[in-house]
Amino acid sequence: MERAEQTREVISARDLGVVACTRCLQVWPQGVQTCARCGHKLVQRDLKSLQRVWALWIIGFMCYIPANIYPMLRTRTLFYVQEDTIVGGAIELMHHGSIGVAAIILIASVVIPLAKFMAIAFLAISVTRPSTVSQNQRQLLYEVVEYIGRWSMIDIFVVAILSSLVQLKVLVAINPGLASLFFALSVIFTMLSAQAFDSRMIWDAQQQGKGQKQE
Amino acid sequence: MTAPAAPIPRNDLIVCPHCDAAYTLARPGHGERAVCHRCHTVLIMPRRKAGLQIIALSVAIVILITAAAIFPFLSIAVAGAHNSVSILDAALAFSDGPLVVLSLATAALIIFVPLARVLLSLYVLVPIVMDRPPAPQAAQAFRLAEALRPWSMAEIFAIGCAVALVKVSDLADVSFGPAFWMFAILVVLVVVQDNFLCRWSVWNALSKPAKS
Repeated sequence: MERAEQTREVISARDLGVVACTRCLQVWPQGVQTCARCGHKLVQRDLKSLQRVWALWIIGFMCYIPANIYPMLRTRTLFYVQEDTIVGGAIELMHHGSIGVAAIILIASVVIPLAKFMAIAFLAISVTRPSTVSQNQRQLLYEVVEYIGRWSMIDIFVVAILSSLVQLKVLVAINPGLASLFFALSVIFTMLSAQAFDSRMIWDAQQQGKGQKQE
Repeated sequence: MTAPAAPIPRNDLIVCPHCDAAYTLARPGHGERAVCHRCHTVLIMPRRKAGLQIIALSVAIVILITAAAIFPFLSIAVAGAHNSVSILDAALAFSDGPLVVLSLATAALIIFVPLARVLLSLYVLVPIVMDRPPAPQAAQAFRLAEALRPWSMAEIFAIGCAVALVKVSDLADVSFGPAFWMFAILVVLVVVQDNFLCRWSVWNALSKPAKS
């Protein structure tokens, strides 16, 4: 494993008077507005980034509430119609003995989304004030959030597969509930919120020594 | 300093996109990797013959996606009643009322976005690997392919299948269609193709004719 040239003190591009394109990594002198290679807008630090993060975070969180109140699945059999919310469906599965699947669903659609909301909020707050959590840990947290965000869609796909597959006319039919729409929106908005976060801000605090975001 | 005529890029430097650490550029050899010293992001990871391998994988992926979308995927039987679905049917399951939006989104996430990404990367990579000048608009195409990356969810759909199967299996008999196996291979190929691609090398190749 080779590392790009090592210096004891890590110098940021901002201190060096250059600005890097976050999409294609091309380095430009400070003051250049658009990357000539890929056309991406060049910004030294995205100062509006936090506002976008919070706006998208709030939309995502608001969508998550109805996602848990409305039914996710509507199972109709010969004798009864049953409507399950996310948590209700998982409990139902647990009663049937499929503890493993119930655990996957609970983790994917309750634990991970909630943890993600908290993680993004924590990151967004941590860049504005001194934090006791090291930069490396926060960078790791950010990467985990970005990676894992997409996996929450698993619940939507399960609903899609179930409700197209289990359509046996009078015997049994499964249909999606309104919660699926809100849940998908919630996942999409939290993904956008995490993408809006400019992770370079995590590292600025180190250089200023006080963990204070400037400007 | 407003809009200088032609700003000169600093090709001697490389900057980590995650933590903004700047380094003088030292190109790693084949099989080696350049890693950001501060946040351990992999910056460059060239591989010998990666271009050809990626193109081969991409062609395979295009064929598999098309086939997997059309052929029956899963079928279910209980007490004489029978139903079989393709991936498109599954994606379009949310068909009533406001859920139509969700149908379209699902179809995009599991079929059209992965397909678009592969086609775009073929468009960008084929001229580069054949030592031709880059295709027109190649930079925009690659940029779009990169932007679509988080939204390509084929592998998540595959795990979703597993969960759905367990849920249904006590309700009815489930059997796999040909598309199921194609999709299983597809998921592996998509992940491998994504990990082979060294983004820095592609961008570097795209910028060459203009800059030297």
